[in-house]
Parts: sequence; structure tokens; C-alpha cells
Amino acid sequence: MSDWEVVIGLEIHAQLATQSKIFSGSPTAYGAPPNTQADLVDLAYPGVLPVLNARAVQMAVKFGLAVDATVARRSVFARKNYFYPDLPKGYQISQYELPVVGRGSLNIMLDDGAVKTVGITRAHLEEDAGKSLHEGLANASGIDLNRAGTPLLEIVSEPDMRSAKEAVAYMKKIHTLVRYLEICDGNMQEGSFRCDANVSVRPRGQEKFGTRAEIKNLNSFRFVEKAIQYEVARQVELIESGGKVVQETRLYDSDKDETRSMRSKEEANDYRYFPDPDLLPVEIDASFIEAVRATLPELPDQKAARFARDFGLSAYDAGVLSASRELGAYFEAVVAGLSGAHAKLAANWVMGELSGALNRDSVDIEHSRVNPLQLIGLLKRIADETISGKIAKEVFEAMWSEGKSADDIIEAKGLRQITDAGAIESVIDAIIAANPKQLADYRSGKDKLFGFFVGQVMKATGGKANPAQLNELLKSKLGGGNA
Amino acid sequence: MHNLFIGELADRLAKRQISSAELTQHFLGRIERLNPALNAMITLTAKQALADAAAADARLSAGERGPLLGIPLIHKDIFCTDGVRTSCGSRMLDNFVAPYDATVVARLKAAGTVMLGKSNMDEFAMGSSNETSYYGPVKNPWDTAKVPGGSSGGSAAATAARLTPFATGTDTGGSIRQPAALTGVTGLKPTYGRVSRYGMIAFASSLDQAGVFARSAGDAAAVLQVMAGFDPRDSTSVDVPVPDYSKALGQPLKGMKIGLLREFFEGLEPRNAALLEDALNIYTGLGAETLQVSLPHLPLSVPTYYVVAPAECSSNLSRFDGVRYGYRCENPKDLMDLYKRSRGEGFGAEVKRRIMTGTYVLSAGYFDAYYLKAQKARRLITDDFRAAFDKVDLVIGPTTPTPAFDIGAKMNDPVLMYLNDIYTIGANLAGLPGVSVPCGFVEGLPMGLQLIGPHFAEAKLLNAAHQYQQATDWHTHAPRGYA
Repeated sequence: MSDWEVVIGLEIHAQLATQSKIFSGSPTAYGAPPNTQADLVDLAYPGVLPVLNARAVQMAVKFGLAVDATVARRSVFARKNYFYPDLPKGYQISQYELPVVGRGSLNIMLDDGAVKTVGITRAHLEEDAGKSLHEGLANASGIDLNRAGTPLLEIVSEPDMRSAKEAVAYMKKIHTLVRYLEICDGNMQEGSFRCDANVSVRPRGQEKFGTRAEIKNLNSFRFVEKAIQYEVARQVELIESGGKVVQETRLYDSDKDETRSMRSKEEANDYRYFPDPDLLPVEIDASFIEAVRATLPELPDQKAARFARDFGLSAYDAGVLSASRELGAYFEAVVAGLSGAHAKLAANWVMGELSGALNRDSVDIEHSRVNPLQLIGLLKRIADETISGKIAKEVFEAMWSEGKSADDIIEAKGLRQITDAGAIESVIDAIIAANPKQLADYRSGKDKLFGFFVGQVMKATGGKANPAQLNELLKSKLGGGNA
Repeated sequence: MHNLFIGELADRLAKRQISSAELTQHFLGRIERLNPALNAMITLTAKQALADAAAADARLSAGERGPLLGIPLIHKDIFCTDGVRTSCGSRMLDNFVAPYDATVVARLKAAGTVMLGKSNMDEFAMGSSNETSYYGPVKNPWDTAKVPGGSSGGSAAATAARLTPFATGTDTGGSIRQPAALTGVTGLKPTYGRVSRYGMIAFASSLDQAGVFARSAGDAAAVLQVMAGFDPRDSTSVDVPVPDYSKALGQPLKGMKIGLLREFFEGLEPRNAALLEDALNIYTGLGAETLQVSLPHLPLSVPTYYVVAPAECSSNLSRFDGVRYGYRCENPKDLMDLYKRSRGEGFGAEVKRRIMTGTYVLSAGYFDAYYLKAQKARRLITDDFRAAFDKVDLVIGPTTPTPAFDIGAKMNDPVLMYLNDIYTIGANLAGLPGVSVPCGFVEGLPMGLQLIGPHFAEAKLLNAAHQYQQATDWHTHAPRGYA
């Protein structure tokens, strides 16, 4: 078996978060009863005309600036002609030869911590189609045109990804970015963020690309990964058994975990693209671009760099904490409530207990049951040694389920750390008295038994003994040994 | 009463010498009596007209005055009219009742006009003789064996036969000016973008322009005043101020430079040439200066047009698919069958011919050779006009090569039919305003002279036409039996 290199490029469709559609005044809200959000323009009535939504252009430009792309001073909408019931005009208005966003790039972090730059070929504006409905209709198909005319930004990457994992990392990064920019809600279940993957393989070292297959409409990160993995294995197996990959469009079936041919290149439509004579070219001047630039938030990479620099976090931690604007904001709110020296503590807790609880209960950070102020209350008690880190986890769980403050829980459960040397000493004395054999063994050189005594004291105090004090007092009481 | 001009009618309405109801009754009566021989109308809206006339009379009684308040009109059946069938001359839309008013209709309605009905036209405005209509050919009131020209043949014939004081039309390659010439009325095609296309069923979006048929340039000016203006619902409408067209009609022509288009005069039929010679003498008598100008690329205009217009129409007419409105075939077997038979049965031969031509010129492999080349030719023709207008104020030439021809004479020879528009197409390709005014008779049939001006020079154009009509009486001739 020869050594194969995988080549992947993604076309991501991000639904833009405009209030109204790209060429009509209908609202874009998801989930309304069928055909209640489609006006005469969306229904392609005779005589109606499209009018471009300026907000969609602003959002596209915002994206372009965020990926350091060239923003076209002049871009052109074209018609992509084909017949389908969910496409009322018989053509989709898209951008073809002259897209609004030209070449740009984006950095992704790989598993080994290395940073890779993925090229972005272009991003263009287009309208979404409606939906065909087949369920519950005997011998008929329904059409819901609520989605028809919803603005999409299609972001086309260079064929720069070399594994399914890289493709997912890139898609996640774009997902992070569009949500940072507040141009897309990123909701993948509702189809607001989805992608097509172009996949090919070639013998390692070969410059020429292999023949690619395009996998359509992948709407989760997991499906992207699995579909690409399946497709790569299929192509390699096909070539190694003497076959040839044909250029075609394939669909991923997540139930069977396989891709299936949808149509070959020969069956592909001739879309007869030509400039839409109903729309003028989009002219964008420098002041428009600068006005959009002024609305750019701190971008994920900028935030990560700042976290690493200001809070002394590792690149990995900084990357995790800046993966969403909301997570970053949460983290910063926590840090702000503590002294700077405790940023690392805050990072560990946000990435550890908090993220764990959020994932476990499928809650997003904006709806976290422990808010930043509550977490600050807890971390302060760790910092001032009222409780140990271990006890803190117990307190956190109680906060999560009961919603009370850390102090209330510590008081109510009597979890305050014992720092009274006399009290700790009396427990130590009792433990030593009760375990003469272990004491003798320890003193005869079994150092490991130190841990046994620590454990016994902690057990007797319910984990509340101050660990540092306990260590010190225990060492002096046990005496002997090798200490 | 039906021989009065709009200004005279408005004057009598203002003085309450006649009522809008009387006027409306009068024209409805003429339509009832005279239209059966002409077939100029597709739909009559008598009941609504009388109600609208009563409303106009109420406004007049309340002291309101307006140049079109209470004046009847006929709309070409290409304009969407709320609650009224809008067929576009096609079986495809025979059952289509528009749910909204075109901007042109709404503006004229707001001005207090009274719609008598909707006029016959070539199917989807594709034709030069009004013989492609699903509702049968319109006959020329000057000789009912002859065509009235097209595609706005119904509006032209109705205006010539005094069935209405004026009518709307649309001009994609001459569809106002050519029938105006062949029926002896004044026909104005404004600058592309001067009048909104919203609600006007699209044939070729980059060429279509709404305009007016009237019996004088003065009447056309009053109507254009209401129709013209920016419309936010049409991205190609232009936001430039609308001058007072009626006020501009008094300008003397002394010093005006009128260009004789060499390409138009070469090979002109002698009787046609003689009429133009007479017209030029009138103009020089009015103080205008005539000089030769050349548009070297003008001979490319017919082939250019028959690439651009079909290309756009092939896409514009895709929405007529039998799914949401309009004609649907009986018992479709499946989706493909629904598309194929609905379109196959709903469209006539000329429409199909142009859809096929347009689909061909946009297809992969032919796009560059046809569509792109045509766009380049269009640019050259536009540049020729621009260069000419550096030297002259307006250009002049014939509107048509011949007077009205026999019904049926050219139906089997599309190329011969297309050559009818040889003098009118240039203005559409360049987006320029043009007007045709009656200039005499050949074999008892009216002929037109055409004036073309720079972009947005309608005021100058209408004034030049008006000055000519002040010096001549060709525009006052009525066909026998219709005076």
C-alpha cells in the first residue's frame, strides 16, 4: 500500500444574521409556519424585482476584513439558472465571476499545537433556496419558501487541508469567527452553518491533485469528520484496487456512515451564469470599508494572544478560552474579580469544572448555572485558603445544583478549612495513637506511609484540614523516619 | 370629445363642463362599438372604471386639480394591476390575477386616471406585429388587413382609434415607437431607468422600459410627468430629478443641432426618404441646424439585440413553471412532466423560439462567442451614440423601414420580422430615450419619424417633437371611421 496524501477544500455556507432577506423585505426568522415568511418577491411573482439588502453586504465585508481578504470595490450578482420547485424564479441569485470578498487566509491550530494557515479563495453573497417537504403528504410534495431568499455567505477555502481533523479545525475556526463577528448565529441544527467538502487523494510527493468528489450539505463537525474519513478510505481503496475516482457530487448518509453518488460531472447542470440585469454592480468605496472596519470586534486570535500575554496562559489555554466570544467574556469577568495572580486558577476552573458541567448538562455558557460572580466567590475562598481545591469541587457541584453562593454552601455544610493548629494537632495525635503499627513502620523507613496518615487526618476532618499545615504538623509529630 | 387632447380634456374637467364619468362612458362606448373589429383589448374593466371615474369626479368637486385627474387610459396587459387579470398576451397567464399594482399603474392611479381596460400585445412582448398574442392579432385601424406593429399593438391601435386618450406601453426593441409609427400616434420610450420596471412583467430586463402612447408630444409629456421618477423597488431606476416636461415644451429650436444618422438614411425607401426630407425642412425652418453623424456600429444592433434579449428572456421566463400561478398542464405524471407540458402548452411559438435561442447563447461553450461578444457590441453602439451626442443635441431618422404590412405576411420568416426593429433597437441597447411622431403617409398608411436623445433628455426630445407638431398636422389625422 502506497502512502496517500489527502487534499480537502471546504465551501462553507453561513446564513447571515440579517433581519430581512437579501432581496426582499420578508423576515428571516427560523421555524415559522410554512410560507408565512415569503412575499411576492420570494414567490417570484411576475413583475417583481430584487433589491439588495445593504446589511448583507456589510456583513460580507466584515468577514472579508476579519480574514485579511481583499474586499472587491466592484462585485456583481449573477443568475445561476436551473429548474427546481424550491427555486421559484428558476434561477438563484449568486455571485460568480466577481465576488465581494477575494483572497484571504485564516490560521488554525493543529493537535500538536502547530499553527497552519489555510487560504480562503473567496467569499460571495447569494440567496438560499426554499425547502421541499415530503413528510405527511400523500402522493405530493410540499414547498416551504420561508427560507427562499435568506442571505448566505459562501466561504470557499483553498485545497489546503490535509486531514479530516484539519478540515474540522478550519470549519470550527470559521464558526468561531462568524459568531465573533455577529454575522451568523452558527446554529448547525437549523442549517445556519453548513458545508460542502471537496475531497481527493494523491500519492504523497505528487504535485498534481487527484480527482475530487464533492460531499454536499454537511451540517455538523462530526459529520464533516466522518464523511471525509469515509470518502478518503473509499477513494484509496478504489484506486488501490485498480479503479478510478470520478468527479461527482456525493451525499453523506449519517445513519449508514457512508457517502453515496448523487450525480456525476456529466449529469451536472449547465447553470448558464450571466450577470443579473435586475441588480446593479455592488460598488464599495473606501469609506464604506472603513465604517465596517470600525465595527470589528477583537478577533479570536487577537484575544488569544492577549490572554497569553496578559494572564500568562499557555497558547493552548488561551486558544480554548477565546474559542467563543461568550467563553472569553466569562473568563475575563472572573479574572477581573480576582487579583491578577489568580488568572491561571480562573483559567483552570473555567476550562475544567465549569466547562465539564456545561457539557454534561448541555448548557451554553450564557445560561451557565454558575455565573462569573459566583465563581469568583468560590475561587476567592480557594485563594484565601478557606477551603482546599478538593473541597472547592464539592462546593462547585452544590453551587451548580442549588444556585447558592460559595460562602453560603461552605457555612451550611461546615466546609471551612481547619487552620487552627491546635485542632489539627489533636486529630493527628488521635490518629497516631490509633495506628501504632503504621507509626512504627513509618519510623523504620516506610516513607510512603506519610500519605496514609494524611489520608486518615483528612478523613477524620472531612477533608477540611488545611493541607499545608497538616503536612507540616504531621511531619513534626511523626518525627523519626527519614524526614 | 375623443378627438380632444389631454390638456383640453383636463381643462373641461376642471371647469366641470364634462365629468370624468361622462368621459369614461364615452370611451367605454367607443370600445364596445369599435374594438370588435380591432381586437385591441384583452380585458375590459368597465365597472371599476365607472367607480374610479366617480371617485375622480368627487376629487374634482372637492376642488382638486391635476393634469390627469379623471382622464381615462388603457394599460398594456404587461403591467400588473391589482385584482385584474394580467395575461401578458399569453396562455401561460390567462388565469393570472395580479395581487398588486405595478409602480406605473400605482402612480397613474394616484394621479386620478381611470383604467378602461388592458390592451392586447404580443405574447410576453415578443413580436413586432401583435400576431404572437394568445388572444389573436390586433388590427390596424388604418387598414384592418394590416398589423398595428408590436409588441404594444393594442395600446397603439386603441390610441389611434380614439378608444382612449392615451395608453401605456413598453419598449424593449421598439415596441412603443414601431407600433406608434404604424398607427400614426406619438410614442415615447424614456431613458432606461427613468420609469420604474416594478410590476412590469420582464421580457429583457436590461432593455425593457415603460412609456406612453398619446396623440401628441404634449400629451406624452403630461403622462411621462406622472410615470417618471425613482422607485426604491427597482434597483435599475435612476434617482435623478424629474424636470417639468410640459413647461419645457415652449423652447424655440433655434440653434439646436439635429444629427442625421447616415446609417438610417442609407438605402431608405424613396417615399420614406421623401417624408423625412420634408420633416428636416420643417426643422431647419424652425431654426434647427442639421448635420450628418455616423454610428459605425449601428448595423450590429439587430444581431446584438437578438442575443441579449433572448438570453435575458430565457432566464426571466423560467419562473413560469406551472407551480405557483399561471397555466398548469392537466394530470402531470411527475415534476419533469409538469414543467415540460405546462411550459410547452402555456407558451407560444415565438416565446419558445426566444427561450431556446437565449438558452443556447448562455450555454457553456457558446457564452463567450455570443453573449459576451454581444455585450461588447452593445458597448460599442453605446459609445457611438455618446460620440454623436458630443456633436449634436438629438439624432433623427425613420422609425420603421416600411408602413404597416399585411397580417400574416412575415409570420413565417422571423428574420424578416426582426428587421422591422432595425431603426429602433439601437436606442434600447444604449438605454436612450426615443420618440416616434407621425410624419406623413405612404399608400394611405401612417409613417413615423424618430428622434433619439442623450440619457435623460426627454424634455429636449419632447420639445423637439412638440415644435414639429406645432408646425405640422400629421398627428391630428384620424383613421377613417374613428374620427
